Amino acid sequence: MKKIKQLFAGAILTTLGLPIAKADYALNLMEGVTKVSNDIYDLHMLILWICVFIGVAVFGTIFYSIYHHRKSKGHEAAHFHEHTTVEIIWTIIPTIILVAMAIPATKTMLELDDVLESEMSIKVTGKQWYWDYQYLDSGVHFESHLDEMSEKSHRGNTIDPHTVPNYLLSVDRPLVIPINKKIRFVFTSADVIHSWWVPDLGWKKDANPGFINEAWTSVPTPGVYRGQCTELCGRDHGFMPIVVIAMNQGDYDNWVKTTLEKQNAKPDLSDQSHEQLMANGSSVYLKNCVACHQIDGKGVVGNYPALRGSAKVNGGVDPLIGFLQAGTSKMPAFAKLKDNELAAVITYIRNSPDIGNKVGDEIQPKAITPVYDDDE
Amino acid sequence: MSAVTAEHDHDDHHHDDHAHGPEKGWLRWVVTTNHKDIGTLYLVFALAMFFVGGTMAMIIRAELFEPGMQFVDPQFFNSMTTMHALVMVFGAVMPAFVGLANWMVPMMIGAPDMALPRMNNMSFWLLVAGILLLASTLFMEGGAPAGGWTLYPPLVLQTGKALPFAIFSVHLLGISSIMGAINIVATILNMRAPAMSLMKMPMFVWTWLITGFLLIAIMPVFAGAVTMLLTDKFFHTSFFDAAGGGDPVLYQHIFWFFGHPEVYVMILPTFGVASTIIPVFARKPLFGYSSMVYATAAIAFLAFIVWAHHMFTVGMPISGELYFMYATMLIAIPTGVKVFNWTATMWKGAMTFETPMLFSISFVVLFTLGGFTGLMMSIAPADFQYHDSYFIVAHFHYTLVPASIFMIMAAGYYWMPKWTGHMYNEKIGQLHFWLSAISVNILFFPQHFLGLAGMPRRIPDYAIQFSDWNMISSIGGFIFGASQLLFLYIVVDTIKGGTGEKVTDEVWEDAHKHGLEWTLPSPVPYHTFSTPPTVIPCDHD
Repeated sequence: MKKIKQLFAGAILTTLGLPIAKADYALNLMEGVTKVSNDIYDLHMLILWICVFIGVAVFGTIFYSIYHHRKSKGHEAAHFHEHTTVEIIWTIIPTIILVAMAIPATKTMLELDDVLESEMSIKVTGKQWYWDYQYLDSGVHFESHLDEMSEKSHRGNTIDPHTVPNYLLSVDRPLVIPINKKIRFVFTSADVIHSWWVPDLGWKKDANPGFINEAWTSVPTPGVYRGQCTELCGRDHGFMPIVVIAMNQGDYDNWVKTTLEKQNAKPDLSDQSHEQLMANGSSVYLKNCVACHQIDGKGVVGNYPALRGSAKVNGGVDPLIGFLQAGTSKMPAFAKLKDNELAAVITYIRNSPDIGNKVGDEIQPKAITPVYDDDE
Repeated sequence: MSAVTAEHDHDDHHHDDHAHGPEKGWLRWVVTTNHKDIGTLYLVFALAMFFVGGTMAMIIRAELFEPGMQFVDPQFFNSMTTMHALVMVFGAVMPAFVGLANWMVPMMIGAPDMALPRMNNMSFWLLVAGILLLASTLFMEGGAPAGGWTLYPPLVLQTGKALPFAIFSVHLLGISSIMGAINIVATILNMRAPAMSLMKMPMFVWTWLITGFLLIAIMPVFAGAVTMLLTDKFFHTSFFDAAGGGDPVLYQHIFWFFGHPEVYVMILPTFGVASTIIPVFARKPLFGYSSMVYATAAIAFLAFIVWAHHMFTVGMPISGELYFMYATMLIAIPTGVKVFNWTATMWKGAMTFETPMLFSISFVVLFTLGGFTGLMMSIAPADFQYHDSYFIVAHFHYTLVPASIFMIMAAGYYWMPKWTGHMYNEKIGQLHFWLSAISVNILFFPQHFLGLAGMPRRIPDYAIQFSDWNMISSIGGFIFGASQLLFLYIVVDTIKGGTGEKVTDEVWEDAHKHGLEWTLPSPVPYHTFSTPPTVIPCDHD
């Protein structure tokens, strides 16, 4: 069956004269990995075949009619214009089909909706334009951004997207879950509406600001499952993918342990070399700043100010630190950045040739003096 | 069949020709209250907007031709998808149908003009003002609205300077639509020739009567929703802001209470045109006239009680999900009746395949495809996969392009000889049809595959595995776009004289048995039916 599909697709392409290179001509819905996604696939195939069947009957009639009942063949027009029995039949048969279809659909809907008796919960917060994952049981908490290569490729237009592994579908920190556990997700948003979709899990769910939505999954096989935001959420809607890694319970427990250790470790505030600061700064910039100020630091005219040549960026360091920590009505506060990250990104925006600034200094973590100090 | 031809009242027409012609010069088109002039204005405007919206679609397809960002900024891309939809819906499809109604409803019911001619003029010029205002947002600081044509908050509130202008333009377009709808309803209910009972009206008139009521019911709802956006943004209300006790999802409920009937506003007159054209070229009366009327009314009623099927994944209680699923599935029944009726009309006819008929047949087939995917999406659990993917983009484009737009063009081919007195070039017409019908499928069919494979809608760039179908879709799009220039050529050519062949009054063989308009001279005089016809054709008694 799959071969036939490939051939069919290939034939279309050949007629169009297109090169069949690295072809991926997926035609049908993916079955997914969970029981719910399989049930949905079955529903999809059932309704699809019903449609195909009706389509063949109706279109067959139309084309038979076109071929035989044409004036050029000398066919004389009949003059009937109603037939009560036929009309009743073609009202009742679709009704029966629909009722038959509603039964399995209702079953799956109830299954999809049942979030009770879950074994762990993950809070997913959509933000412009990344996902924030918080494991409500273990306390693991991190942000998941588009990976650096995809980021550079779609923004800079110098890296060929074909060379990027899983272009636009990979992240810096994937969501990790254990297999065979009923996991409840709670969704919300910090700004606009987002929607969390991993086709292999069988569903998507909107993340609405100020409200909580629920959904659940239980993945039977270890693997990497990819998806994307599916509710238009602004400029970078196309650039906030989702990656879920399902692993065995033992591996998962280890992952939680090491992640928590890293998460709770004090940041390294010792002095760094210029190169180190610039490298770290670049990756902080790509995660936190690039969406508005752009990869070349030119911003977007009318929306986001340029960093290139900006007096604020190239001026005094202390006001700049304060500005980044406090934010404004238009710019979010970046108090979440640790001192070493803040130092690196400030060094980067003041000195990177990509941004187009050349102050010629380096800001060390210890130079960061907090506006609001959380520890006191 | 008891069709009787209305006799020409020649004295009457002579009287018309000499008594009161159009205003001289360009002012005619500004101050006119003549239903034919206003119909022409609407149709020309709609055609112009079809090309404006089409250009935006070409920009979208060009950016999606290959993975990676090549031509436009993501924000501008979002503006393009938003404006493409708004311009096509409010600037092209709706005005085109109002234009057809203006031209044809009085001629089909034996009325001298629309019931409210001055309001008719005003509703057209408000439409122009509304669309110009909308278009002007493209040049404003922060760009045109980029939150999708549904204007969902909170995203739409992030629009730059354009927001209040876009909202005011929606108000203007709404006022224009309401006035147009009131006019059409008033004309149909009050100005029919005495012999024309409701159940003798042509289907196009019936579908517009029902569409008129839909419009009057829903446009104020939309106006209310966008006004709440305005006050949320500028007057510190919190209708849609949880922080102030509001709910962003409330907007979606209000919007789709408007939005679902709105999509039927664009399809019901389409049904009417198909039901008008198919019998003429099948040389048979329309099958199941009364069930067509009831099915149209049933679809219109259902339109009001299924809105949240656009919101299955927004987070509704299970009872809501199930109710909206069942209600939505019901739509398949009256819609099925219509498709079966058209098929039965063709069955055992004596068909010929002039351009209007070709478009109509492809409408029946391709609209049914769009209906099938609609049925698939009514299955709520499956919609958890389909929703907001390219599958739905394919779905609604099938119901809008090879359905609404094809039938608007079919109507153009069908009635242009009557309007202008000239025959269009059949060869080029058929070329236009075949190019359009083939390319529209190359354009939209692969989008089903993309959606099922997991490509979300409204993204300016995509993962590599979506490359091939996107490229094919774009190629189809470019062919489709270019083919429409043929239509423009045909319209201009026909107005200028067409094939030079003098068309008869009935234009199409035995058309006078199917509608009053074919009893009038070609080209149709400036004023018609100053006295109502006494005998009307009716082929379904």
